[in-house]
Amino acid sequence: MTKQVQQLDRVIIRFAGDSGDGMQLTGDRFTAETAKFGNDLSTLPNFPAEIRAPAGTLPGVSSFQLHFADHDILTPGDAPNVLVAMNPAALKANLGDLPRGADIIANTDEFTKRNLQKVGYAANPLEDDSLAEWRVHSLPLTSLTVKALEGFSISKKDAERAKNMFALGLLSWLYHRPTEATIKFLEAKFAKKPDIAKANVAAFQAGWNYGETTESFSVSYEIKPATLAPGVYRNISGNQALAYGLIAASVQSGLPLFLGTYPITPASDILHELSKHKRFGIRTFQAEDEIAGVGAALGAAFGGALGVTTTSGPGVALKAETVGLAVATELPLIVVDVQRAGPSTGMPTKTEQTDLLMAMFGRNGESPVPVVAPSTPSDCFDAAIEAARIALKYRTPVMLLSDGYLANGSEPWQVPEVSELPDISVEFTTEPNGEDGTTYLPFKRDTETLARPWAVPGTPGLEHRIGGIEKADGSGNISYDPDNHDRMVRVRQAKIDGIDVPPLEVDDPDGDAQVLVLGWGSTYGPIAAAVRRVRREGGKVAQAHLRHLNPLPANTGDVLRAYDKVLLPEINLGQLALLLRARFLIDVISYNRVRGLPFKAEELAGVIQDVINSD
Amino acid sequence: MTESLNGKGLALVPKTDGKQTLKDFKSDQEVRWCPGCGDYAILAAVQSFLPELGLRRENIVFVSGIGCSSRFPYYMNTYGFHSIHGRAPAIATGLATSRPDLSVWVITGDGDALSIGGNHLIHALRRNVNLNILLFNNRIYGLTKGQYSPTSEVGKITKSTPMGSLDKPFNPISLAIGAEAGFVARTIDSDRKHLQSVLREAAAHRGTSLVEIYQNCNIFNDGAFEAMKEPETRDEITIRLEHGQPIVFGTGDNAKAVRLAPYGGVEVVNRSEVAESEILVHDAHRPDPSLAFALSRLDEPAFQHVPIGIFRSVDRPAYDTLMSEQLEQATADKGKGQLADLLLGGDTWRIS
Repeated sequence: MTKQVQQLDRVIIRFAGDSGDGMQLTGDRFTAETAKFGNDLSTLPNFPAEIRAPAGTLPGVSSFQLHFADHDILTPGDAPNVLVAMNPAALKANLGDLPRGADIIANTDEFTKRNLQKVGYAANPLEDDSLAEWRVHSLPLTSLTVKALEGFSISKKDAERAKNMFALGLLSWLYHRPTEATIKFLEAKFAKKPDIAKANVAAFQAGWNYGETTESFSVSYEIKPATLAPGVYRNISGNQALAYGLIAASVQSGLPLFLGTYPITPASDILHELSKHKRFGIRTFQAEDEIAGVGAALGAAFGGALGVTTTSGPGVALKAETVGLAVATELPLIVVDVQRAGPSTGMPTKTEQTDLLMAMFGRNGESPVPVVAPSTPSDCFDAAIEAARIALKYRTPVMLLSDGYLANGSEPWQVPEVSELPDISVEFTTEPNGEDGTTYLPFKRDTETLARPWAVPGTPGLEHRIGGIEKADGSGNISYDPDNHDRMVRVRQAKIDGIDVPPLEVDDPDGDAQVLVLGWGSTYGPIAAAVRRVRREGGKVAQAHLRHLNPLPANTGDVLRAYDKVLLPEINLGQLALLLRARFLIDVISYNRVRGLPFKAEELAGVIQDVINSD
Repeated sequence: MTESLNGKGLALVPKTDGKQTLKDFKSDQEVRWCPGCGDYAILAAVQSFLPELGLRRENIVFVSGIGCSSRFPYYMNTYGFHSIHGRAPAIATGLATSRPDLSVWVITGDGDALSIGGNHLIHALRRNVNLNILLFNNRIYGLTKGQYSPTSEVGKITKSTPMGSLDKPFNPISLAIGAEAGFVARTIDSDRKHLQSVLREAAAHRGTSLVEIYQNCNIFNDGAFEAMKEPETRDEITIRLEHGQPIVFGTGDNAKAVRLAPYGGVEVVNRSEVAESEILVHDAHRPDPSLAFALSRLDEPAFQHVPIGIFRSVDRPAYDTLMSEQLEQATADKGKGQLADLLLGGDTWRIS
């Protein structure tokens, strides 16, 4: 039987199943194959905070969405073309996102009376006509897998568990994915359990062969590699890119990296990644709590290390006092906040941009802190280096605001040449700087940057004391002098205000747009995709994206004033909008959703169009 | 390397070429404790003790939290970091872990170390970073003006407890031993010789050493340790622990000895009623902490019998050393990290 091959320019697949079904792994492998094949791609893992919620229930559904294309894309996609539903809960939880006509591949073995009841299906949706508007492929994935693995010396349970690899094999056939890397991966992953490795490879191949022979699938699809800029690429998640950025910052600054941290979703993977790279001289310290994590990082910074702490919102709340100490002592420190849905514990595995105001102001006293926000998963690499550059050059703590969407999402990354990375090396002070030629004044500032000198323990003749108590300008001695305090408050603010950040760039192809869409952080992809849609329909819209939230680029006010209307989508209730209104007296139009999920491009395109059309 | 550093707390800290005196360790800052505060005596004892270590002054760092005692670093002509309430052990851990060439001293008080910073203290102790923690215990809050502290006796009448405090105090020595501390000692501000002998051993210990220093707050809790200082009572109360020596104290008719008690623990008995062979000989190096813990409980009820000296001094690998070894091992196994190789690791593809 010769099957028809159809060309597509892009596809969105969502793998969905129970937490224990291995959907994240399946998605990761399909992503790796897709990256290897050369498509542009973007991913969105979405999983519950519970490690194993009750099997077969809606709270237990875990999914992984992958968008891949023959051209450059900006988001994991709004609506899946294909849903792989490993059980009724996965179908029910995801059906609402599925456009009419999309493919549903359902594992009929799991559509038992009991599993259907668990999620409130009175009848089996695969057997009535309730799914008539979709193309349903009902397959007994579990029993097909078990049958394919007859004769392997593994338990029935292990055979059943390989059903995700069967599904992966089927999808790999359906979309012409290369398979070698997955086979190698499985052999390596189960190197210590060769029987399991063989079974998983066999299940994967059986899935592929099933696609080839079954009549359920008459068409397979080809998506040509994307034509991206020449270079070497790899697929990378935000957390991995951020960890690599920190390592690069350590290499480029010549300072050993010290990470003081405490595990927290969704930031822990940065700790895991950095822990693997001790041969770069990296010390990773898993502290007793968030406060000790940042305290140790600051202590290491006092000793001349590149001090870093990684956390999420609840951790930032706990670290606030130490960040204030870093402001007061003017020591470099990087505080990575991988934002998640709050308040309090909120929804730990879901994304949000709700920590901006905490990053800006969440400390006692006047304690300005630079804030940098990456815009895409791979941009986390550059943003980490930029945060380090500012921290080291200006001797200040810096907030790096990633979020759950960037952290777990992934995309192809053009690997930079090391020679092109910025030099952020630091010179420690080794000589007295007092006018008498013998004393050391730890708060005598660089006249240009207002940064104070950095003399580390071990430097003879420069012994000095610093701390959280107000310091006399210059000498750093304890001072309660009112005018000195006023001066120090202002100079610390002036130092942050004077940080050299690049100007805000505007994408306005014809230069005649009257509406500007402004964004910051992880909304870049959805906003840019929405802007494309609007322009394709003939709409005029400009786009600008803020990476530096504090200080803002010097031209920010001018850029905003150049447009009749400024639309600002944020995954919060308008935190940047509040800052911009206060700072520039510009009545930006907020668009806010806090659903724990990224914006959809289609949704934002509609919002932009509405703003263009409004008077 | 791990083993060879045992007992050499300062082996990695560079030595000075010149001769040092007390003056070298005095900063130019005016000392601003209340007149008569026990902190003065401790400061003078530390400043006059440090020259004997012969370390480069620039490789010594004093880190403190918040409280009266935590002003200490400002008065030392070394590197110093006055940090935030309770967090000095955490900050010092980052510093000492990343800089094994430094001699790092933590100055803290009973409120700082045992209330707000209790968590950091116990974890520093179990982790065994190369730190010397000097816990100034005056059994009261000084800087906030006189509230009871986690070492105040039950029933303490203070501004915040007009009808008496309700919570049982910590015994810092028992707590430290329970937290797996390798070096635990107690001394008193008024006995400079004893204080310095304890500091000497603490500095030589590689790992975290905890030294509780009874310190008199003459404003809010004056005379808290008076019974240990008055000639008439001190010998009846104070048990001076010395490694290898039988544990005896008191004189004349009041001579006492410590022996093992039934059902575990130790007890104080009249010396005349006990055979010499029954008297417990202090062994600070016993790997098992039970006996050291039992000795710490002799101070129960408080201030009837108070052991001072080194309760426990047992070597085990320091955290900073172990971490350095992992870095060296990783480098030995796979070579020094190369950034380009790291970035190009994993599955890559080329677009031309």
